[in-house]
Amino acid sequence: METKRMAIIATKGTLDMAYPPFILASTAAALGYEVQVFFTFYGLQLLRKDLSDVKISPLANPAMPMPVPMPVFVQMLPGMETMATMMMKNKIKSKGVASLEELRDLCLEADVKFIACQMTVDLFDFDKDDFIGNVEFGGASTFMEFAGKTDICLFI
Amino acid sequence: MDFDKELDARGLSCPLPIVKTKKSLNDMTAGQVLKVVATDSGSIKDMQAFANQTGNPLISSETQGAEYVFYLRKG
Repeated sequence: METKRMAIIATKGTLDMAYPPFILASTAAALGYEVQVFFTFYGLQLLRKDLSDVKISPLANPAMPMPVPMPVFVQMLPGMETMATMMMKNKIKSKGVASLEELRDLCLEADVKFIACQMTVDLFDFDKDDFIGNVEFGGASTFMEFAGKTDICLFI
Repeated sequence: MDFDKELDARGLSCPLPIVKTKKSLNDMTAGQVLKVVATDSGSIKDMQAFANQTGNPLISSETQGAEYVFYLRKG
C-alpha cells in the first residue's frame, strides 16, 4: 500500500485555532500518513518553545460558550483574555483533552515535519532561538514540493 | 478474551486514544492482541476507522457501562 500524505498550512495563533493542525497531524501520522505542517503568519507562534502566549479571546468570538453572558464592553477590559484563556485551559484539562505541548510532542514523535515560513520570521523579526529545534525554515515553494504529492491538503 | 498488552485510555479525549493505540501497537509483533479501554464515546467510530485504515483488525468492540473496550490484532 502506497503511503498517503497530508499537508496542512497553519495560519492562526490562538488557542482554539492551534488545536486543529496538531490534532489532525498527530492522528494522520497515527494512521500511517506522511505529514508536513507549514506554519505561516500567526501560526508561527505555535512553534515557540514557550506556548504560554497562545491565548483565546472572547472578543469578536460570539460563538464561544461562556459560563455567564458577557457584554462586549466587559470582554474588552484588561485581563479578560488571560482569564478566558485560564478558564479554557482548565476546561481542556478537566475533559481529558491534550495540551498543545503534548499534541505537538506527539506529532514530532510520529515524525510529522514542521516547516516555518522564513518570510514571516523576517517580517516580524522573530528570533529563531525562540522556536523548538525540530523545525525547518522555508517558503511557499518548499511547501508546494510536498503539497503537490498529497492526498489531503488543508488550510487552517 | 486473551490479549498481550493493555492500554488504559480512560479519561482521554480525541485524538489521544487513537494516537496512543498506534504507539502501543508499535511495540508489538504481528498477530499479538491489544486491549484498549476508553471512555471517549467518539472512540467507537474512531477505533473502527483506525482499524480500517491501518490494517490492524478490530476483533471486538463492546460497551461496558461507561467504558468502551476494544481488541485489536496487530497486522
